[in-house]
Amino acid sequence: MTAQDVMVVSGTEPRNERALRRQARGEQGRLVALSVPAFFLVGALVLVPMGWLFWLSVYGSDGFTVENYTRLLHPAYKETLITTFELAFLVTGLCVLLGFPVAYMASQLGPRWASLVMLCVLFPFWTSLLVRTYAWLVLLQRRGVINSWLMDMGLIDTPLKLVHNFTGTTIGMVHIMLPFLVLPLYASMRTIDMDLMKAAANLGASPVRAFWGIYVPQTLSGLGAGVILVFVLSLGFYVTPALLGGGRVMMWAMQIERSMAVYGDWGAASALGVVLLVMTLGILWVLRRLTGASAGSGGH
Amino acid sequence: MKSSMTDAGATSVGPAAHAPDTEHSLPISVQSLVKSYGAFRALDNVSIDIRSGEFMTLLGPSGSGKTTLLMVLAGFVRPDSGSVTFGEREILLLPPHKRDIGMVFQNYALFPHMTVAENLAYPLKLRRAGKAEIRDRVERALDLVQLSGLGGRGIHELSGGQRQRVALARAVIFEPRILLMDEPLSALDKNLREQMQIEVRRLHEQLGITTVYVTHDQREALTMSDRIAVINDGRIQQVDEPRDLYEKPSTYFVANFIGETYSLPVEVSGSSVMLFGQPIKTPAPPEHGDRHQALILRPENLHVFEAEPDPGMNSMAGTVRQHVFQGDSIVTYLTVAGDREIAVRRQHRSDETLPAPGS
Repeated sequence: MTAQDVMVVSGTEPRNERALRRQARGEQGRLVALSVPAFFLVGALVLVPMGWLFWLSVYGSDGFTVENYTRLLHPAYKETLITTFELAFLVTGLCVLLGFPVAYMASQLGPRWASLVMLCVLFPFWTSLLVRTYAWLVLLQRRGVINSWLMDMGLIDTPLKLVHNFTGTTIGMVHIMLPFLVLPLYASMRTIDMDLMKAAANLGASPVRAFWGIYVPQTLSGLGAGVILVFVLSLGFYVTPALLGGGRVMMWAMQIERSMAVYGDWGAASALGVVLLVMTLGILWVLRRLTGASAGSGGH
Repeated sequence: MKSSMTDAGATSVGPAAHAPDTEHSLPISVQSLVKSYGAFRALDNVSIDIRSGEFMTLLGPSGSGKTTLLMVLAGFVRPDSGSVTFGEREILLLPPHKRDIGMVFQNYALFPHMTVAENLAYPLKLRRAGKAEIRDRVERALDLVQLSGLGGRGIHELSGGQRQRVALARAVIFEPRILLMDEPLSALDKNLREQMQIEVRRLHEQLGITTVYVTHDQREALTMSDRIAVINDGRIQQVDEPRDLYEKPSTYFVANFIGETYSLPVEVSGSSVMLFGQPIKTPAPPEHGDRHQALILRPENLHVFEAEPDPGMNSMAGTVRQHVFQGDSIVTYLTVAGDREIAVRRQHRSDETLPAPGS
């Protein structure tokens, strides 16, 4: 090596050090500035109303009170709570049973057919919730399409009670909730490397064992997201149970509405809202723990 | 210099590389295998015999049918007709999970929701091995691929080379007598790939398992294999030991595909071969009667002389175009007969002077 091959860095201060550090600080500053509006929006639209809701539920005309909460211990509320959770569990379960095969099929099809299937899944979103609920009413009522068809076929003699009860509510809600389950499930199934199934077969797993041991565990993150979405939405559902339940299916959201519309009692309605929120968060936490322990670790 | 003929010749069979050992390995016999996708023939009447304990590489460009053949062996592609036997047993009608063969996938296909040890234990659990036995064999398999102590790691925590080793260990842990490998090293960088080539070879020697290895990398094939089957257009072009394949290619395709080559047109009349109107000496008389054939040149077998060489050697006049320095060697590009390019490779020595370009 000759002398001129060696580069000598002279001076005591590394070059451009200050300017580069200033640049980095500037970038961070701009990042913070960009997220400020979002923080304000979240604060204004989420935190403030929720705080206000809570405030209303504990502060009445006579100052602080827990009356709004003690009233909820009444058996009627307990019954509503049970109905609400029953329906939410049932709807979620049925959505999983119906949605899993649909999502699986779509994930296995070529891109063109898959987008067609997903279009069909999304199609209901393009019509109003109210229209779809009334459509179910037409289909399911005593002299509706389904009952008259079954009777014409000679399969039944008297019309089935398909609507204005728990059954009708369940059918309508499953239909409305299904896309919320299929979409995240489909997304997670798309990312599963099907070579894993080949590997499982190669290692000696029958198709059934490979499905349960290798395939299903990898859908858990998507399935978990779909289940949570459907379950939480079902807990707070109002329109479909109100129309298809025929007054016989009392949901938590309907109690809130009644407190407001019938009694004009903001405190009672707020307390109901707070209880639903707290329970929803509690269930989310449990579900997260359950799916997180089995699928979330080291996930995508 | 070495001449090679244009037409497809019969595949030759060399001496056995390994003694048969049916306890740890099985021979594979593929007979008249056909697989078409519409008008495209992925496998066009393929027959090949792989000996027990042999390391056989299926080498070919992409779309040649080499992967299709491997997938037929594994049971993931259903051929139109033909026969595949492992030992005495016809396996073509068996589903993949009953074939009992190990396989290393191109993307490793490790189960992401399981730890390294759980991945290795999976085939053993399916075979209803006891807990203590599983623990024992997982331990030994990790040792075998030099990953001791990493059993508790998740797959996402491993480097590419480590995943490769886990995939290897998982493919052999249940002691299959046949191992299939589908371009297993293609995702690794060059240094790691070369290191893993040696390791795969070592593992093969240790286990004595019949191995079918698919690659498009001819250097990898030459480095690792007992024998190589060159595949193109769904047909087996030649099956030979690496050295024979390199030195005695039986078809024009094989000659061009293996190693760096330049071909020049020659004319054959009777037993003499004419290159640009000059007779040249060949190690053997031409096998085929075709008038127009090709002379295949390998850069490392040629020399550049500035003066007229010994008349006993085959030679031709050319113009030096360029020297390319490649570290250990120098490649000189020349034009001969006006517009034909050839190259000459030689070891690099720092003290020599090269003929100037244009001379």
